[in-house]
Parts: sequence; C-alpha cells; structure tokens
Amino acid sequence: MSAVLQNLVNQPYKHGFVTDIESEVAPKGLNEDIIRMISSKKKEPEWLLEFRLKSYQAWLKMTEPEWQNCHHPKIDYQAISYYAAPKIKAKLNSIDEVDPELLRTFEKLGVPLHERMALAGVAVDVIFDSVSVATTYKHKLAEVGVIFCSMSEAVLEHPELVQKYLGTVVPTGDNFYAALNSAVFTDGSFCFIPKGVKCPMDLSTYFRINTEESGQFERTLIIAEEGASVSYLEGCTAPAFSTNQLHAAVVELVALDNADIKYSTVQNWYAGDENGVGGIYNFVTKRGLAKGVNARISWTQVETGAAITWKYPSVVLLGDNSVGEFYSVAVTNNYQQADTGTKMIHIGKNTRSTIVSKGISAGKSNNSYRGLVKIAASATGARNYSQCDSMLIGEECGANTFPYIQVLNNSAQVEHEASTSKIGEDQMFYFAQRGVDAEAAVSMIINGFCKDVFQQLPLEFAVEATNLLSFKLEGSVG
Amino acid sequence: MIYQDSKVLLEVRGLCASVNGVEILKDLDFTVKSGEVHAIMGLNGSGKSTFAKVLAGHPAYEVTSGSVLFEGQNLLALKPEERARAGLFLAFQYPIEVPGVGNGQFLRLTYNTVQKQRGKEELDPLEFDDFVRDKMKLLEMNPDFLDRSVNEGFSGGEKKRNEILQMALLEPRLAILDETDSGLDIDALRVVAHGVNQLTTKDNAMVMVTHYQRLLNYIVPDYVHVMEAGRIIKTGGKALALELETRGYEWVSAEHQAAASVPV
Ligand SMILES: Nc1ncnc2c1ncn2[C@@H]1O[C@H](COP(=O)(O)OP(=O)(O)OP(=O)(O)O)[C@@H](O)[C@H]1O
Ligand SMILES: [Mg+2]
Repeated sequence: MSAVLQNLVNQPYKHGFVTDIESEVAPKGLNEDIIRMISSKKKEPEWLLEFRLKSYQAWLKMTEPEWQNCHHPKIDYQAISYYAAPKIKAKLNSIDEVDPELLRTFEKLGVPLHERMALAGVAVDVIFDSVSVATTYKHKLAEVGVIFCSMSEAVLEHPELVQKYLGTVVPTGDNFYAALNSAVFTDGSFCFIPKGVKCPMDLSTYFRINTEESGQFERTLIIAEEGASVSYLEGCTAPAFSTNQLHAAVVELVALDNADIKYSTVQNWYAGDENGVGGIYNFVTKRGLAKGVNARISWTQVETGAAITWKYPSVVLLGDNSVGEFYSVAVTNNYQQADTGTKMIHIGKNTRSTIVSKGISAGKSNNSYRGLVKIAASATGARNYSQCDSMLIGEECGANTFPYIQVLNNSAQVEHEASTSKIGEDQMFYFAQRGVDAEAAVSMIINGFCKDVFQQLPLEFAVEATNLLSFKLEGSVG
Repeated sequence: MIYQDSKVLLEVRGLCASVNGVEILKDLDFTVKSGEVHAIMGLNGSGKSTFAKVLAGHPAYEVTSGSVLFEGQNLLALKPEERARAGLFLAFQYPIEVPGVGNGQFLRLTYNTVQKQRGKEELDPLEFDDFVRDKMKLLEMNPDFLDRSVNEGFSGGEKKRNEILQMALLEPRLAILDETDSGLDIDALRVVAHGVNQLTTKDNAMVMVTHYQRLLNYIVPDYVHVMEAGRIIKTGGKALALELETRGYEWVSAEHQAAASVPV
C-alpha cells in the first residue's frame, strides 16, 4: 500500500474532545445494590426493578459470546461505572434550560438542536452518558398523539406502554450483553406512534459517551401501532480515551398490522487510535418484531466507529406478508474489528426480506458479515434476497462473510450473492492518469460501492455518511 | 504532421526502468515535437506498455536512471495526477473497470479536475451532460454508456472508445494510445481514427503503440519506431511500418546487432 493511500485513511477523529461538565458517577462495579440505586434514582416502579434484578440474575449465569470474529482482552465488569449523569438540578421544560456547556458540545458535534433543528424539522432526543438531556418537538408531536421522550420519562409517564412492550422483542436473557443492558440500562429513547398516524417528522436520537470509565447502556423502544409509520435516526460519538468503554445497548421495535418503521443509524463512536489503543466496544442488540400483517421494518446502518462492533439488527417476520430489510455499510480501519450482520426470521406466510451489506476494510482491520436467514416451516412463500459485498483497501486487512441459511419450508426462495473487490493500485492509477488525486478517487469508489445503502438513508444522513466515509478512509489508499 | 518551427514536447534520454527488480527499459531515447504523430511498434513484451506507464508515472515501475522532460519540466518529479493535469494522457491497453462508479460521473470529475487546473470553467452535471453527448456523437457512442459503471462489462472495443472519449474531453498535449486499435472492429477503427484525427492539432502530439498497419492507414504517422528489449532500435518514416508488415521484425533486430558489434 503506497504512502498516499496510507495518509488518506489515517485522519484524526474529530469528535474526540471531552466536555468539562459536572457529572454524577456511580461507584464502579455491579451488584444488586447498584441496580437498586439506579432504579431508585430514576424513581422507577417496582415491576421495573424486578425486571432489572431478574435480568441481572440471568446475566450472572451467562458467559460472553465467543463465536464472533473479534478479539479483545477480558472485560472487567466490576471496573465499569454503570451510571454517569450530568448534574441537572431540576427537570427541564425547554431546551433553553439545558446546561450551555452541553449545548456547545452538541453544537460542536453538529447536532441540530435549537433553531437549526426547527429548520431541519427533526425532533431530537439527546443522550449524554446515561441520561437523556433534551427532547425537542415533544409538544408538536403530542398534538398528533406521538410520544417521543426519554425512556426514563416514559417509564414514569406511560408505564403501561413500557410494561406492555419492554423485553417482548429482546427477552431479558436473550444474550449476555442484552441481559446486562436489561439489568442496568439508564436511559434511551421511547417512541410510540398510535394507530393510523404517520409521524409528521423524522425522530432522532443522538448518543454521546463523555465519561471515561462509564459504560453506556441505553434502551430504546419504538412502537408503531396499526397503520402507523415512523422514520427514526440515531447518531453516536464519544471522546477519545486510551481506555475502552463499553456500549451495550438494546433497541426493540414493534410494528403492528400495516405499520412501517424505518430505523437509520450513523455510528461514529471513537475507534481507538492508529495503534488500536482505546475505543468503544459496541456490543448492541437490535431487533424488530414485524408483528402484524403487512408490517415493515427496515434497518439502515452506517457503522464507521468503535474499536469493536458486534451487532446484528434483526427482524422477526411474524405477520403474514410482513417485510424486513437490512442495509448496512460497515467500515473498519487501523485495528478496528467489526462482526456485524442481521437475522431475518421468517415465520408468517409470504414474508419477504432483503439484506444488502457492504463491508469496507482498510489498515489492519477485520470486517465480518454474519447473517442468518431462517425460514420456519410455517413461512409458506417466504422470500429472501441477500447481497454481501466486501471491499479491501490495502494488503493487511481482512474481510469475511458468514451467511447461515436455514430453510424449513420448501416453497421458500432464498438467494445469496457475495463479492469481494479491492481498491487496487491499478484502479487508483487509472483515476490519477485522468488527473484525479487519491482522495477524490477513493471517495468516488467508496460512494459507488455503498450507493445501494446510502440511498436508503434520509437525505441529511446520507450526506453526513458520505463525508464520514471519505474522512474515515482518507489516507488508506495509494 | 512535422512542422518546421515546432517545440519539443517530450524528450526522453537514457531512460532505464524496472519492475519488481527486473529491468525492462534499457537506455531508451525518444523525442516528440508538437504536431507530430509517432508510432511505436515491436514484438510482444518488448516494453512498449511499460514505457507508456513509466511516462504516466505508474507506481509499480521504478525509474533507475535517465531523464524525461515534458514541455521543459522534469516529468519524473511529478505525481501521476500532476502529469495528467500537465497534459499527458494515456489510453490504456487494458482499461480498468470501476464497479459502482457511474461513467458519466467519473468523466465529469476528470473533466472538471483538469479544467480547474487550467483555470477554465467547470461544468455542472446538466451542462456536462450536453457537452459529453456532443463528444460521444463524434465517436458514435451510445449515451447509455454514461449511465453504466466505468468500463464495467464494456466489450473490448467499447472500452477503447471510452478511452478516446476521455482523450476528447481532456484535450491533452501529448496522448499515448496503447494499442487502442486492438479489439476494434473495422467500422469502429474508422470512427475512432477519425475522432483522433480531429483532435490532432499543431500544438499537441500523438504516440500510438500498435502492431498493425491498418491503424496507420487511417492515422498516418510522421515517424515509426521499433522497440526491442526495452529500447528503440530503429526509427523511420511511415514506410517503415509497411516494410515491417511484410518482412517482420527479425531483419531490424539483425541490423541493429550488426551495427552494435561494429568496433568503434
Ligand atoms: N508488473 C510486472 N511484473 C513483472 N514483469 C513485468 C511487469 N510489467 C511488465 N513486465 C514485463 O515487462 C516486459 C514488457 O512488457 P510490456 O507490457 O511493456 O510489453 P509490450 O511491448 O507492451 O507487449 P505487448 O505488445 O504484448 O503489449 C514483459 O516481459 C513483461 O512480462
Ligand atoms: Mg503492451
């Protein structure tokens, strides 16, 4: 790999600052007392404490998954603080009451709070370390019956909804990290779109980890009732620390008859430095339940950050004719590791799923696609189409594809296509011979490669993702 | 065409270059003046494409000695993209495919990059579309090729046409066409040759690498060079190509060896 390519990939991370803000951090370690502390801090009802304790008990009996193609030193779960919150005196009624230092942070990050947000017409929930600090447009949404607030608030104000759906898509004992999250989750976003309502604006959550030794365990729950629809965007960043922070989130989506949920993520957690020191461990469980007939759940993700990403946004296609989609771009550079993909579980009749995965590896990174397509015996007429493409930049990175296919119904059609390509010296030379420098060439090649996924993103996100990718890969090709 | 007062465009002296430690170009001399059309011929593996790629700055080839001046400046000190922007164009023998990147988009990027360098106006997608369609007409190319990925799935001849289209867009000072004629059917050869002829002026120059006289019937060279083992061993006028066509290369080689063995 030539020097030009090298330099292109190795651009500094620009979100790596720490905000100097007074925060309240729980003592390190995990035990029932800490869980009780979190629960009482949040004034939670008894059932939720039970939910947490039950999850904790399940977690104690579980072990970390080891099948993924990622390697990291053993995580000491007792060395993590499970609660960190910016000190906020009273409950906030408007964005103007938020600590100005926090607002500046989000401004630096380019989160469209305030006027900018009004222009963009996006409702934003912002999670800083463990706590939700601002939810905008709440009132406007309330007029059409949409509930969009932090999870803590939902627990207090809409307990019946939370209790009805929480843990129904990702059960407490689903996997090691989901169990941990269920025990200690501190905040997250809650969205409820009632029957027949098309959410009038995109909903957006911005996650930020700011404290060095804290974990972030957010919990998001989105419910679209019969005929409802919503587009939800999620963004994330973290400061650059030389230690690793754990991010173990759970996202649950429920779509009833004819409902439509589109969930888009641009993940740019701190990835560690060029020697692989520091960075976020991004161990996330995301799952949607297409519960009703004709329900549709679509995941789009652009994963560029984190030292390790372990994440399989999935769809359980329960309702007849329901549709599941997964569009993913995962970029790894330096020593980053990503093991990501999806699961499409077809149960209802004539259910359809589409998987488009684009993995880009540069530096010494390792990028794996892992996906399961399961067609249950009941899923007559089910169809799946999967396309997994990998692109390698340079000689020292790796890409793998692990497609698992289980078909228990003969009428099903499952198609899988895979390809591996390389941004090679000759391609770069071709561009150069036409006057185009390496940076512009890589950006054009990568955007071409990711086109099918980017066009699924809402416009502003697509622009952000494009820039992020060019920025991320600058210096890696030459 | 040879003009009396024309300037030297390219001056190669004693060029040696190697790839993976193997020396391919050995003490090569070559001069091109503006307005001229040169043909380089020679057996497979004699180093013609290597020469073209070394001039264009391919990173796999290492220049071990010699000098190259392009319009008076040291070409070897420039990066490949700078050479291109300075007006050096190479139509590749094997144009590479770039899946996912739209050909129209790619052409506009290269066009605007070079325009910018020359302090000229860049074109937005709509303006460019009109502009490129005109150029495509010249080459009798279907505009559908704008919507496809760069060279992906193009037939051999279509790739070559796409190369000449780029040449027409970029208006280089010196164009090296590496076997642009191979893979073209007879009609295409005529169209492409016609296009190339229209692009030749007294301010630019053309170097064609070819194995066949048939191209030279359409684009008549001022000079014909024979390359062997990494150097030019004979230079003649357009008649030399005809002679090579009937007699092959062996006699040139023999003549060269005889000359070399004569004691000084
Ligand atoms: N990357 C490389 N590694 C090893 N050898 C190479 C490389 N590139 C070129 N060569 C060798 O250099 C010699 C010259 O090759 P080149 O492609 O320049 O020949 P050519 O004259 O263009 O031939 P043709 O008429 O077949 O196109 C050949 O022997 C070829 O095998
Ligand atoms: Mg050749």
